[in-house]
Amino acid sequence: MSFTIATTVDEALVALGAGARPIAGGTDLVVGARHGKAALPADLVAIDRIDELGGVELDSAGVRVGALMSHAEVMTDPVIVGSYTAIADASALVGSPSTRHVGTLGGNVMNGSPAMDTGAPLTVLGATAELRSVTGGRTVSLDELWAGPGRTTANPGELLVALHLPPARDRCGSAYVRLEYRRAMEIAVVGAAAAVTLAADGTVASVAVALAAVAPTILSVDGVNEALVGRTAAAAGPVAGALASEQAAPISDLRASDRYRRHCIGVMAKRAVDAAARRADGESIAVPVNRSIGIGAA
Amino acid sequence: MTTSYELDVNGVTYPVNADQGKNLLSVIRENVGLTGTKEGCDDCECGACMVLLDGQPVNSCSYLAVQAQGRQVTTIEGVMDGPEMHALQRNLLEAGGVQCGFCTPGMIMSAKALLERDERPELDAARIGLSGNLCRCTGYAKILSAVEATAVELNT
Repeated sequence: MSFTIATTVDEALVALGAGARPIAGGTDLVVGARHGKAALPADLVAIDRIDELGGVELDSAGVRVGALMSHAEVMTDPVIVGSYTAIADASALVGSPSTRHVGTLGGNVMNGSPAMDTGAPLTVLGATAELRSVTGGRTVSLDELWAGPGRTTANPGELLVALHLPPARDRCGSAYVRLEYRRAMEIAVVGAAAAVTLAADGTVASVAVALAAVAPTILSVDGVNEALVGRTAAAAGPVAGALASEQAAPISDLRASDRYRRHCIGVMAKRAVDAAARRADGESIAVPVNRSIGIGAA
Repeated sequence: MTTSYELDVNGVTYPVNADQGKNLLSVIRENVGLTGTKEGCDDCECGACMVLLDGQPVNSCSYLAVQAQGRQVTTIEGVMDGPEMHALQRNLLEAGGVQCGFCTPGMIMSAKALLERDERPELDAARIGLSGNLCRCTGYAKILSAVEATAVELNT
């Protein structure tokens, strides 16, 4: 058994290469271990003090978001709130203030839960994941990264160091909406994110929709762009909702039946497209959408 | 396997010998010997175990104690101002915001962190600030009044 506190990415990568598992806030790892889901790994490397894993930086290729950004940082970061708002909507709904302070964006992504809140927003915004190991680095799409519930295609020696987002576009808005039974310490019953770009005449120029908690991984809705381009924003929502319900492959568990999830994902997808289009049109809807326009639990 | 390290709790450095996987809550209660921090659900849901880590709230039941090395841990025992109660403690008593009292230490830690980042929280912000803390005596209205009274008191 060992516990190492890394202060640089290189130190962390050496420990990972030797078989240690990374721990940041521990909100999934420690709780999961005590639930008997998976024993706490014998060798751990703490990555929560690595400065180079934090922060949001603008570069020529867009924006680099450090994997160690906490949900509390994500939901208040001016670049994310301003141009990639759906991610802020999602982080603002995670857990409680304490979960949001220690829980990280990278942890949410690498835990690989199909119900993760930040996954659908990152997907519709075209994020890619930068992985590094002692032998080098690679950047993969999120679709390639997520392999199934709690599983990713990252090798054990690889660390997620950052998420990369393409440059923000004009007249583009995004939103994440989830169905929840209560307002704190909740996991999405179902969730939907949308990114909408409007043309000068106010019709939809491009759109992407992705869904949480209705499939083994985050699900991108196929054909939504083709179906919605050229429609008015008001007409787009219901069509997106119908496609989402049709493509969802939900399970029944103690939180909801598959039928209920299939119905509600349509409602959430419609609301996400509506809110994203309103933001694209310049309307200011505070983060998170769930609270500011009364979606989700009362 | 036990591991040895030091933990700064309420400004005092304690030597700790504990299993690597032992959570911060158990180390605070069993190794450090401060029992004001409570174990409620032991599942990161109820907030009875809330402590501050470098001033930010954390569920100590779900945080490894070894990870708190080199950081400042504040527990309910660390909020008093010498012999005087913290304004939050006094206002909770005055508002009748303490019923069975089991959630109170965690509520105070969350409220303290809230008031440090938002001096005069709106009611909804106060609710969100305490949203990781459950009170099964259903005393939320009085607890929120105590937080509001404290915000007013500390900022006038």
